[in-house]
Amino acid sequence: MKIIVCIKQVPETGNVKIDPQTHTLIRSGVPSIINPLDTYAIEEALRWKEKLGASTLVLSMGPPQAEEALREAVSMGIDQALLLTDRRFAGADTYATAYTLSLAIRKLAPYDLIFCGKQAIDGDTAQVGPALAEHLGIPHIAYVKKIEDIDLQKATVRAHRLMEDGYEILDSRLPALLTVVKEINEPRFPSLKGKMRAKKLEIPIWGADDLGGEVANFGLSGSPTQVKGIFAPPARGKGEILTGEAPLIAQTLIERLKAQKII
Amino acid sequence: MDYFLTEEQIMIRDLARKIAQEKILPVRAELDEREEFPWPIIQCLAEADLFGVYLPEEYGGCGGGCFELCLAVEELSRVCGGVAVSYAASALGAFPILLFGNAQQKERYLPEIAQGKKLAAFALTEANAGSDAGGIQTTARLEGDEYVLNGTKQWITNGGEAHIYTVIAMTDRSKGSRGASAFIVEKGTPGFSFGKKEKKMGIRSSATRELVFTDCRIPKENLLAKEGMGFMVAMKTLDNSRPGIGAQAVGIAQGALDEALDYARERVQFGKPISSFQAIQHMMADMATQIEAARALTYAAARYIDSGAKDVSKVSAMAKVFASDVAMNVTTQAVQILGGYGYMREYPVEKMMRDAKITQIYEGTNQIQRNVIALSLIKERAQKR
Ligand SMILES: Cc1cc2nc3c(=O)[nH]c(=O)nc-3n(C[C@H](O)[C@H](O)[C@H](O)COP(=O)(O)OP(=O)(O)OC[C@H]3O[C@@H](n4cnc5c(N)ncnc54)[C@H](O)[C@@H]3O)c2cc1C
Repeated sequence: MKIIVCIKQVPETGNVKIDPQTHTLIRSGVPSIINPLDTYAIEEALRWKEKLGASTLVLSMGPPQAEEALREAVSMGIDQALLLTDRRFAGADTYATAYTLSLAIRKLAPYDLIFCGKQAIDGDTAQVGPALAEHLGIPHIAYVKKIEDIDLQKATVRAHRLMEDGYEILDSRLPALLTVVKEINEPRFPSLKGKMRAKKLEIPIWGADDLGGEVANFGLSGSPTQVKGIFAPPARGKGEILTGEAPLIAQTLIERLKAQKII
Repeated sequence: MDYFLTEEQIMIRDLARKIAQEKILPVRAELDEREEFPWPIIQCLAEADLFGVYLPEEYGGCGGGCFELCLAVEELSRVCGGVAVSYAASALGAFPILLFGNAQQKERYLPEIAQGKKLAAFALTEANAGSDAGGIQTTARLEGDEYVLNGTKQWITNGGEAHIYTVIAMTDRSKGSRGASAFIVEKGTPGFSFGKKEKKMGIRSSATRELVFTDCRIPKENLLAKEGMGFMVAMKTLDNSRPGIGAQAVGIAQGALDEALDYARERVQFGKPISSFQAIQHMMADMATQIEAARALTYAAARYIDSGAKDVSKVSAMAKVFASDVAMNVTTQAVQILGGYGYMREYPVEKMMRDAKITQIYEGTNQIQRNVIALSLIKERAQKR
């Protein structure tokens, strides 16, 4: 079995600030991490590798320093890494990103599974995974909170997809793309031996010329999304905790909700 | 201070720090309160390969030594001395095998210890034999292909939780301290059971327990080194492990200073943060200076041991004595800086003070360490004449 995990390097959220003048992210001095939800995708790939045997590859499109994120994935136990980096990829929205990733993955075929995190903490769109599956012409299951079974003989996967009011059990044929939510597992720490291997591992770098495809479809020029503006949402006010006897609290709560016309 | 760590040593330190921050910090107070052995954390340290940092690569370790062990112990201790000793005691149990085991014994036991699949423990102390280890009464009698062990070991760290025990027992009482031998005993061996689990002042998440041997039969092959070498094995083991206690002490002290500093900058009295009072500033300056000195001595001792030097007893004892006295002093001062809050369980420094105390006692009390240092001094001087 071959599993590909797509990850993104993102700024550590707690520290992200928005420049009040330009409305862009202030990235300097902010440490970069693997998008937290992608670490669950890595963990899931490792668990199925340990269960069924698999070769695992982690893939990222990003600036050259995204290599650090790939090395971290390797230090957790992923076998191989591949970085897509090229000036022409810069400024890509979810559509162009998915397009670029899909070209690389076509070259990596055959594969059985692609794992992505549900969404990235910087963009929060949750679109790249499903869009990537569309570009590849394979089925996808988003918001996976549990993989019940992978049957390599029948080439199928059964997964639980998290819904607002419960979950769905879905069967899909392989190859398929799954985006995972944090309920799926608990990501492991890197190991020392993994770190040592990661330090030495050669990570190939592919640019636009290696991928082929339409140059106009990469990066900013390939992105239908136009960003009109970015702003920081007003900080959420502190919540209030009611104390006292339960019946009294309940009564107060109902009165407050009524007063605010919520109920 | 820059101790010129290699890239690999930095990895060990950072990984231990990350696990301490993310896994241990959130649960340390609860582990202390409930006196609960930290299995999930042990599991996590095992998966991160930290149990093998001091073991050779051929046995599944990472090829480091005493110094690498100290780096990991220090980071874990900075957050919780109790978890740290559970980790370190496995190394204490493994050292006799590493230093004196034959090829088969190393092959059989070290890989599982390196992977953290099994914990080890070291058993010397008995009810009537503490500092005076020569007074141990546990016996091992050779019968055919087996040794038969009888007796009770007391206060064994990782007792009950560990799988692999190195046990010192008398094979020939008539020879006094030359009549002791070291054995490997596995959990589950018939005749080997566990007694009382102690309730302690500090390091409460660690397990301290009695080992009871009643006609416990072990294969002859489980003898380490030769008959009669038991005390040698024990003393060399402790020489190697004492800088680890130094590192534990340095870590606990550093953790306490970190807390005191944060608190002093926040706590306002007389209209100013207490960190602006010179009395507090000088306390913190002394704490930091002592910690750095203790760290430097501990690292130097560990590196000296790793260099392959033979005369390590003195420096090893110095590191342990100095760092543990520093830890007791610094944690006491930290409680003082936090005032009444420092005395409360809601804040972590009272635990650090309780945890620090043990470092002056186990692996040889500080009085015994001073005996060792003084005897070495006198011997060295005499040899020069
Ligand atoms: C939490 C904990 C964990 C432990 N873990 C282990 C373990 O894993 N394995 C193990 O084998 N043991 C272990 N021990 C035992 C520990 O090593 C002993 O407690 C220690 O060696 C001291 O022995 P003692 O407590 O019997 O004190 P004693 O020897 O009775 O000493 C009492 C006091 O007399 C002083 N004293 C004794 N002799 C002299 C002397 N000649 N000169 C000056 N002062 C002297 C001591 O310094 C001390 O202050 C542990 C103990 C504790 C408390």
